[in-house]
Amino acid sequence: MIPLSWYLLVAAALFCIGLFGVLARKNVIGILMGIELMLNAVNINLLAFWSYLYSEQVNGLVFAAIVFAAAAAETAVGLGLVLSAYRRRGTVIADELDTMKG
Amino acid sequence: MLTLLWLVPIPPLISFTLISLFTRRSRRLSHWVALAAAGLSWLGSMLLFAWAIGQQNLANDPLTTAINFLPTGDTWLQIGVLLDPLSALTLFFVAWTILMIFIYSIGYHNFGQPAGAHDLPGLPPHGVEVAGAHSREPSVEPLYSRFFAFISLFAFAMFALVVTDNLLVLYAAWEIMGLCSYLLIGFWYARPSARDAAVKAFLTTRVGDMFMLLGMVILYTITGTLNYREILANPGVLGSLATNISPVLGLSWAALIGLLIFAGTVGKSAQFPLHTWLPDAMEGPTPVSAMIHAATMVSAGVFLSARFFPLITAGWEQGHLLTTPMLVMAIIGAFTALFAALIALGQRDIKRVLAYSTISQLGYMVAALGIGAYTAAVFHLFTHAFFKALLFLGSGSVIHGMEHGKLATGDTADQQDMFSMGGLRGKMPLTFYTFLAGALSLAGFPLLTAGFWSKDEILSSAFNGNYLIIFITLALSAFITAFYSARQLTLTFLGQPRTPSAKHAHESRHVMTLPLAVLAFFAIVAGWFGVPEDFPVLGGVLPNFIGEFLGGAHAAETGHFNPIPLLVSIVASLGGLYLGWLVHRHQSAAAVDPLKRGLGVFFTAFEHKFWVDEFYRLALIRPATWLAEVAVPWIDLNILDGSLHAIGRFGSWLGSTFRRVLDIPVANGVPDGAASLTKWSGGKLRLTQTGRVQQYLVSSLMLVVLAGLIVMLVLNG
Repeated sequence: MIPLSWYLLVAAALFCIGLFGVLARKNVIGILMGIELMLNAVNINLLAFWSYLYSEQVNGLVFAAIVFAAAAAETAVGLGLVLSAYRRRGTVIADELDTMKG
Repeated sequence: MLTLLWLVPIPPLISFTLISLFTRRSRRLSHWVALAAAGLSWLGSMLLFAWAIGQQNLANDPLTTAINFLPTGDTWLQIGVLLDPLSALTLFFVAWTILMIFIYSIGYHNFGQPAGAHDLPGLPPHGVEVAGAHSREPSVEPLYSRFFAFISLFAFAMFALVVTDNLLVLYAAWEIMGLCSYLLIGFWYARPSARDAAVKAFLTTRVGDMFMLLGMVILYTITGTLNYREILANPGVLGSLATNISPVLGLSWAALIGLLIFAGTVGKSAQFPLHTWLPDAMEGPTPVSAMIHAATMVSAGVFLSARFFPLITAGWEQGHLLTTPMLVMAIIGAFTALFAALIALGQRDIKRVLAYSTISQLGYMVAALGIGAYTAAVFHLFTHAFFKALLFLGSGSVIHGMEHGKLATGDTADQQDMFSMGGLRGKMPLTFYTFLAGALSLAGFPLLTAGFWSKDEILSSAFNGNYLIIFITLALSAFITAFYSARQLTLTFLGQPRTPSAKHAHESRHVMTLPLAVLAFFAIVAGWFGVPEDFPVLGGVLPNFIGEFLGGAHAAETGHFNPIPLLVSIVASLGGLYLGWLVHRHQSAAAVDPLKRGLGVFFTAFEHKFWVDEFYRLALIRPATWLAEVAVPWIDLNILDGSLHAIGRFGSWLGSTFRRVLDIPVANGVPDGAASLTKWSGGKLRLTQTGRVQQYLVSSLMLVVLAGLIVMLVLNG
C-alpha cells in the first residue's frame, strides 16, 4: 500500500504550485486557478488523512465535499468579478486593478 | 351706615376711572360723570352727618369697622373706616365745597363755548373770534375732561383721608392728594411758571411728608398699630408714650412722634417755613385753588393735627405747661398767622392775597391746636373751608369777568391785578355780594359772619389760657386780615373801573354764581351753630352745636366768658375793615399803593414776601443745581466712570491672560497635536496600501510564515 506521506508530498507540491501561481501570475484568472490548486491540495490532504486514520467515519468525506462546494462557489464569484472588472476596466491584469491604492 | 361710610369715597374714584378711560372724548358726559360722583358722595356724607348728629356720645363710641388688609407675621394689618365727630364735621364741609367746586368748574372752563382756533392743550384758552365782530369771546378749555378726571381723583383722596381709621390709609390718600395737586397746579403745563409751581408744590410738601413718614414708622414700631382708636383713645398707650423718653433731644416718644406728624401738617397746610408752595399754586385754574385751599389739601393738614390732638397733648393738663409739640405748634401757628397776613398786605394779585390769607388762617388753626383749643381749631377749619372756597370761586368769577372784558376790548391789563380792576360792584352784583360775605367772614365781621365766631373762639381760648403773646400776635393778625380784606374789596369792587377790561367786565354764568350763593350762605350761617352759651344776649339762642358735638371727646377748653378778647376781636375786625377802606378808596390805576408811602421799606418786604423764596433759592436750590451741574458730572466722570473703566480693563486683562496661558497651549494645542499626529501617521501608513492584491498576499504569507515559525519555536523550543 502506498504510504500516507506520498499523498502528503503530492499535496504539498500541489499547494506550493498553487501558491506560486497566486503570487506570481499577472492574470487574475491565473490567480484564481492557483487558488483552485491550493484548495485541491488541501482536499487531497483531508482525504488522505481520512482514508488512513478515520475510514470507518463519514466526517472526512463530508468535509471534502464542503471544500468542493466552497471552491466551486468561490470560482463562480471570482470569475464573475473578473468578467465585470474586465468589462469596466478592459483588463484582467491584477497589478493594473489598483483603484484601492491609498 | 357702615356700608355707606365705606362707599363715600368710592364714586369719585369710579368717576376718575370712567373719565380717563372712556368718556374723555365727550365733555358733556365727562362732567356729568364727575358731577354724579360728587353728588353721590355728597349725599352719602349728608346722610352720615345727619345720622352722626343724632347720636349720643359719638365721640367715645364712634362708628367704626375694619377688615384684614395685610398679614404682618401672625397678626393682620387692618384697614377700616371711622366716623367720629371730627370726621363727620369734616365730611360735611368737604362734601359741600367739593360739590360746589365741581359745579363751578363747568362754568369756569367755559363749557358750551366753541373751541378757540389757537387754543392748545396745556395752555389757558385764548378765546374765540366772534363772527362779524372785532371782539372775542371766551373759549372752552382744551383739556376739559382731563380736568374733571383729576379733580375727581382729588376728591376721592380727600374723602378717603377723612373716613379712614388708620394712619396708613391717611398717608396713602395724603400722597394721592400730593400727586393731584401736582397735576392740577401744573394743569396748564405749557406755561413754565405753572410747571415750576407744580414741582415746587410737590417737592415742598414732600419735605413735610418725609418727617411724617418717619413719625408714622416710629409710631408703628412702638405701638404695633396705626389705628387711631387703638392709639388715641387708649390712655395706657398714650401714657406710656408720654412718659418714656426717646433718644432724640430728651423728648418723650409722644413729643417726638407729635413733632414729626406736625411736620406733615407744616408741609401740607403751608405753615412757615414750608409755606412758599401755596401762593405759587395759584398757577392752576381757580377751581383748583379753591380745592386746595378749602376742600382738600390744606384742610387735610389741619385735620391730621386735629386727629392726633390726643397724642400731641399727651401728658398735658389744662392750665399746665404746654407739651413740646404744642409749644412748637403754637409758636409756628401764631408766627405764620402774622407773617402771612403781613405778606398779604403787599400783594397785587387778587388770588395771591387770598393764598396768603389761607396760610394766615391755617396759622390760626395750628396755633389754636397748639394752645389746646381743639374745638376752636376745628370750628375755624369748618368755617374757613366755606368762606375760603367762596372767596376763591368769587375771585375766579372776577377774573373770568375781567377776562371777558379783556377779550371784548383787546385790553392788555393783567386780569388778576387788583389795581386794574375797580368798580366791579355794578357789573357783577352776584359775585360782589357773595364775595362780600366771604371777605367779611374772613375779616371776622362781628356777630353776623361765621369767621367772627370761630376766630373769636380761638382768641378767647388764647386769652383765657393766659397765652398772652399768642393772643397778641393773633389779634394783630386779625386786624391785618380785616385790613387786607377791605383793601381787596375796595380795590376790586368799589370806586371806578381803572381799565377798559374792568369797564367791560360782566357777570359770570349761573353755573358759576349758584355755587357762590350756596357757599355764601354757609359762610354766614355756619358760625351760628358754634356760639358759646355764655355769650351775652346771643348765647343760647341757638344751641352751641359744634362745641357739644366735638366737645365730647375733649374737656371743654373755653373758660368763663371774658369781654376783653371779644372787644379786641371786634375792634380789630371793624377797625381793620374801616382803615382798609379809608386808605384805598381813591386808588387810581397809575398811582402806587398808598401803603407803600406809609410803610416804606416794610411794604417792600411784604411785597417781596420777606424774600423767603429768594432765600430758599440761594440757600437750597442754587447749591442743589450746582451740585447737579458741576459736582455730580465730576463725580460721574472721574469716580463712577473711572471705577467702571478699571473693572473693564481688569476684565479684558484677565481674558487675554487666560487666552495666553490656558486657551492657546492647552485647549488649542492638544486637539491640534492629535490631529497632526493622525495626519502624519496616515501619510506614512498609506504607503502600505498599494492597491495590489498580490503584494497584500505576499505580506500575509510572510506574516503566516512568521507566525508559524514563532509557534514552532515557542511550542517546541
